[in-house]
Amino acid sequence: MQKLRSQNGLMGWLMVSPLAVVLLIFLVLPIIMIAVVSFWRATEFSIIPAFELENYTFLFSSPVTYTVFLNTFKYALLTWMFTCVIGFTVAYYLAFHIRTLTWQVALFLLCTIPFWTSNIIRMISWIPFLGRNGIANSTLISWGVIDEPLDWLLFSDFSVVLAFVHLYTLFMVVPIFNTMMRIDKSLIEAARDGGANGAQILWNVIIPLTKPGIMIGTIFVVTLVMGDFFTVRIMSGSQSANVGRLISNDIALLQYPSASATAIVLLLTVLLVIGILLRFVDIRKEL
Amino acid sequence: MILQDLELVSVTKRYGTTVAVDAVSHHFKSASYTCLLGPSGCGKSSTLRMIAGHESVSDGSILLAGRDISHLPPAKRGTAMMFQSYALFPHLSVRDNVAFSLKMKGIDKPERYGKAGEMLELVDLSALADRLPDQLSGGQQQRVALARALITRPQVLLLDEPLSALDPFLRIRMRAELRKLQKELQISFVHVTHGQDEALALADEVVVMNNAVIEQAGPARTVFNAPKTRFVAQFMGGHNVIALPEGHFAIRTDAVTTTAPDQGTVAADILAIEYQGTHVSVLTKIAGDQEVTALIADADFFAHPHNPGDRIGLTWDANSLHPLTA
Repeated sequence: MQKLRSQNGLMGWLMVSPLAVVLLIFLVLPIIMIAVVSFWRATEFSIIPAFELENYTFLFSSPVTYTVFLNTFKYALLTWMFTCVIGFTVAYYLAFHIRTLTWQVALFLLCTIPFWTSNIIRMISWIPFLGRNGIANSTLISWGVIDEPLDWLLFSDFSVVLAFVHLYTLFMVVPIFNTMMRIDKSLIEAARDGGANGAQILWNVIIPLTKPGIMIGTIFVVTLVMGDFFTVRIMSGSQSANVGRLISNDIALLQYPSASATAIVLLLTVLLVIGILLRFVDIRKEL
Repeated sequence: MILQDLELVSVTKRYGTTVAVDAVSHHFKSASYTCLLGPSGCGKSSTLRMIAGHESVSDGSILLAGRDISHLPPAKRGTAMMFQSYALFPHLSVRDNVAFSLKMKGIDKPERYGKAGEMLELVDLSALADRLPDQLSGGQQQRVALARALITRPQVLLLDEPLSALDPFLRIRMRAELRKLQKELQISFVHVTHGQDEALALADEVVVMNNAVIEQAGPARTVFNAPKTRFVAQFMGGHNVIALPEGHFAIRTDAVTTTAPDQGTVAADILAIEYQGTHVSVLTKIAGDQEVTALIADADFFAHPHNPGDRIGLTWDANSLHPLTA
């Protein structure tokens, strides 16, 4: 018996080992590497292996860091708010107002159509639309809503958040839709039987039961937005920056140690945010 | 005192072209326990859901205490429903589940928790008020669902296959509790089930449905003892349906007795014998290739045992024959 049990343990380890090896080589090692490099010393011409805190002290003493981190949080928060509201609404409509599974699948696929093109194309297509002489401005002028073109439509926080929302709303729709589909429809009837009206059902039954889905979507969106560098660069016309851009600039200048230090701080920040989020909602049932 | 009777007046439910409930009329007496009995798809659940207001009425009306409730929202009807899988809110404690409808009415916390406490007392669950539904056993969940339905003080409690999710042992215990509760509360229970034993054990009145209409309604004993149609006889079980020169009849299997071959009303060949503990079931074939089962008390059978292939006589009291209309 004892022997069988120890053999079972061994078999278990053997079975997880392929995945463990893959994760070790492609996830754990690179992160360790980044962490190691973040302590190296860099000059204009050379990178010297060392163990120094210089990269971190520089990072934390520079006011730019705080502005950029704040900016990153701002984008994450705004994007989260919009994707959450839009994503919830879309998922709610799909899950509770579309009666047949065929239509649910069809409309769900419709939501994914934008994903048939690449992120960059979807982002760049906003530029002719939002530009000073773009479609949005000329239409508004021809309708007489505005006299002068709006400057803040493009290369602004507005366009950055708009692009983020456009890119990532589906990441909110999918997990919320998934959670909503698991809500037993008889719960809604039971609520109605108890005298709840539409808003009360939404607030007392659907939202509490959808929380895990909202949380998973939130993790997707927050990590994607906080790790992004390209969208901010394109859509802000290089006028604002987030942490991703800070890192990519350092890399462009071959300042790998400094980039690594920033990356480690960003990684810890994101982990902290997710850690806080997970304290509020238990998502284990959804996994 | 106002009569709290529930009445269905040619209630019809159509889904597109299919008719799920076809002009059903029935009068449910107040403070009675009624079982809607039938095979799946017979329209019993649709009928119940129309009474509850979770399904719209295509035609006809539903009256409760003289009031037409056919088009009122569920909570305004004076009915409450207990769902098949109980439909307890998984994110709310037992107490909050029970107090849900009071919260929806805007009643403040101390008062609604007080009332919920009384209800939990009634179903003997006070000790578990802070648990979540999935920390309860099936029987306990069912009692929570009952408490939640009863807190609205309904005139009629509607139960949609309430015992089907329980194991057989618990089912028998819970049905006794349901019956006791109905007697205590003196309100009408309308209980949908496909189990005839459940209906017989519980109901003052059994309403047998098939193919969207009521086949037969009446006191449990009448429906079982004197089925009016072939369907009811076969669905209630324990009956033989036989064609005699005078027409078709139902006769209870335990009303058929075996005799010597030449002394019976009809002669029969034994096809199979099944020992059932208290009884022995003797399956025979009589003239016209008709199968007739005789249920004999085991002592009587073993006093004159038979074997498959034996020729015997079957006899019965003419009063036991119930003519079938369909």
